[in-house]
Amino acid sequence: MNDPKTRLRRTMMFVPGNSPKMINSADIYGADSLMFDVEDAIAITEKDTARHLVANALKTLKFHSETVVRINHPTQTPFGMDDLKVILPSKPDMIRLPKVEDVSEVQLITDEIEKVEKENGWPEGTINIIGAIESVKGLYNVREICQQPRLIAIALGAEDFIANLKTQRTKTGIELYYARSQILMAARDAEIQCMDTVFSDVKDMEGFEREVTNSRDMGFDGKSVIHPKQITAVHRIYTPNDKQLTHALKVLAAFEDSLKNHKGVLAVDGKMIDGPIVVRAQRIVDQAKAAGIDVEKKREEI
Amino acid sequence: MKNAIGRDIPAHISGINNIRLYEGAGVYKPEKSGAGKKLRVGKPHTNKILQSIDEAIEKTGLKDGQTISFHHHLRNGDYVMKMVVERIAAKGIKNITIAASSLSPCHDFLIDYIKDGTVTALESSGLRGQLGKYLTRHPEALQKPTIIRSHGGRARAIEAGELHIDVAFMAAPTCDRQGNATGRIGKSAFGSMGYAMIDAAYADNVVLITDNLVDEPVHPYSIPQTQVDYIVPVEEIGDPAGIASGAIRITKSPTQLLIAKYAAEVMEKTGILKEGFSMQLGSGGASLAAAKFIREKMEAQNITGSFGIGGVTGIFSEMLKDGLFKACYDAQTFDTTAVQSLAENPNHIEISASFYANPWNAGPIVNDLDVVILSATEVDLDFNVNVITDSNGVCMGASGGHSDTAAGAALTIIVMPLIRGRLPMIRDHVQNVVTPGNDVDVIITERGIAINPKRTDLIEKLSNSGLPIMKIEKLQQMAYDFVGKPDEVQLSDADKDIVAVVEYRDGSILDVIRKPLV
Repeated sequence: MNDPKTRLRRTMMFVPGNSPKMINSADIYGADSLMFDVEDAIAITEKDTARHLVANALKTLKFHSETVVRINHPTQTPFGMDDLKVILPSKPDMIRLPKVEDVSEVQLITDEIEKVEKENGWPEGTINIIGAIESVKGLYNVREICQQPRLIAIALGAEDFIANLKTQRTKTGIELYYARSQILMAARDAEIQCMDTVFSDVKDMEGFEREVTNSRDMGFDGKSVIHPKQITAVHRIYTPNDKQLTHALKVLAAFEDSLKNHKGVLAVDGKMIDGPIVVRAQRIVDQAKAAGIDVEKKREEI
Repeated sequence: MKNAIGRDIPAHISGINNIRLYEGAGVYKPEKSGAGKKLRVGKPHTNKILQSIDEAIEKTGLKDGQTISFHHHLRNGDYVMKMVVERIAAKGIKNITIAASSLSPCHDFLIDYIKDGTVTALESSGLRGQLGKYLTRHPEALQKPTIIRSHGGRARAIEAGELHIDVAFMAAPTCDRQGNATGRIGKSAFGSMGYAMIDAAYADNVVLITDNLVDEPVHPYSIPQTQVDYIVPVEEIGDPAGIASGAIRITKSPTQLLIAKYAAEVMEKTGILKEGFSMQLGSGGASLAAAKFIREKMEAQNITGSFGIGGVTGIFSEMLKDGLFKACYDAQTFDTTAVQSLAENPNHIEISASFYANPWNAGPIVNDLDVVILSATEVDLDFNVNVITDSNGVCMGASGGHSDTAAGAALTIIVMPLIRGRLPMIRDHVQNVVTPGNDVDVIITERGIAINPKRTDLIEKLSNSGLPIMKIEKLQQMAYDFVGKPDEVQLSDADKDIVAVVEYRDGSILDVIRKPLV
């Protein structure tokens, strides 16, 4: 099983929780994570339908991708706690806590998860949490939020955030620059993953690819997507090039060699390597494998 | 009697002579010579222009029990069949066989003329719309089952003399006063006249019906004046909205696009996608969409194809224009972009249905296909394909060039969703076979790809491709896991309840369509 803390999350695709058709076919497009939404995509009159539909889908269908359910906020709305009651027993891999502003909210969800894990005899950590920062208040508390043990990833939810900022999305992304940076720093400090926000203009693939490239370069682990056609582009952008893969494989080989032969300081191509470089190398190899590159063949070539 | 694919065919079918069972592709070898055109004396300075369809009916001497033919290039916009059949009925002529290259929902009016005995037999590529429903429910309304032929099979039947046409009523978007006709220009332009060419060449009488009679000689022509007896000018031969759609666009459905992407990857990884390759794409969403991904790969790898065949759409004619293929053979033109291409691009070549796919000539172009990508309404564990009846056993589709191209192509790919609505599309046995599984190599769905076990070469090439290759039984089980296994449709086994006979392209009987007991 993939370690939930380190597994690849290049893409997290939103799937409306009230559409059986979309839920059924969500798994075929190759997104690393599927996020079934019972929150903003669902009208108030449909909340209970979506909640039960998603829970039953999780129980009945075998999803290859990681499963995430975006619940309604547990204190700001009357639906969130009911969502948890119905959703948690269906064992999603993660709960997405939207509009998180305070550590107490993460704690509340953690308690609910722990209760269900115990009741079902599941190991602790079966279900984890991804939080979404969607307000200035949340952003101010993001460092503390990221330190919560059940929270293994943090995301930026830009649509509410920019409404809060009283501005709008631009192609340059200048309005989100500070929030993106701040959330990333907090995530890296807490050693958890960080997901970038959605790009809503599905027709503008050029703008989308520019934004994904930028967020990759900033350091984000992946992108939230709202349409299957965005997945291929993100995965392509997150696919390491030949030079990166070759170097990563050399790093891993040198690391393994040092473990086996109890060597001290390591160097690859004349440059010293240490722990974080090995972690990064492993991530590059994982990305290459996920992109369908024959890594073993490459390893033999080196 | 069971044929080579195990379908039960009655030894006697009322109204069908010389039943020959399907033995396999290319097994039966004809030993006779083909039919010829009835000879006639064209008198100097004859005026072929008639005042009305009534006059054409009179001059051709059409009478009870004869066979008339139509082509389907006007698709769902066709006015010609209706205007002709109405006048035949008005004259009290009965017991007519209509041999159309295909039938569309615009031909639902035929139900009335079947009820009054004007039309008593149909031969077509398919049955659709209300007519399909009506005949599925009331096979006794006709004197014999409808004969379903592929496009190549129809050309073969005409050339072999098995389908004799007394009068061909051919819609012509433009013709001159001598009868040289083209579909490239005119307000009802539909492009290639590929199906009409065969009727014109073999029918005892040929009547052109046109809404653009011109004084100047028409050239290039698809039908020559030497084959044309009469010309009837009319206001309109069709509804432009139903004839050719504007530019057909690539589907936006993510599932269809995923299937299309897999199809292009299968082509690439089996080595078919190479310099000088040839292909045909069916007109369904996913098969057409494969063009997008094939194009991307051709451009990235600097590959130029040899030729494409169609059913030509603007999507393909643009590839031709951009130099990705050297030629395009066109028996039927699907959209306005492709019609324009046929008129303007010398490498866009109009061909007859016989050139396209007749298995009984020295070399139809389908025999030179490297790959064809086709749709299906359902398939089965033996890779047989049904494109004619729906899940309730009702006639709703057409054979078209499906079995022709599948037989000719080196690689036949079927693209279809694994599940439609609540129904799995991989059956134990398809309701009806239009293309035998022997001619089908790969079935691609959004959840997995099955390779015909007979193609061990393909299994070897694709097994480590990263594509979701699996046994067809596993793919079927995957569908059952979602939606369960549906009950079989119960069919009548009474001989009087045979709705249609599906001929293989060589004229042998592949299957019979039986009335569902609903």
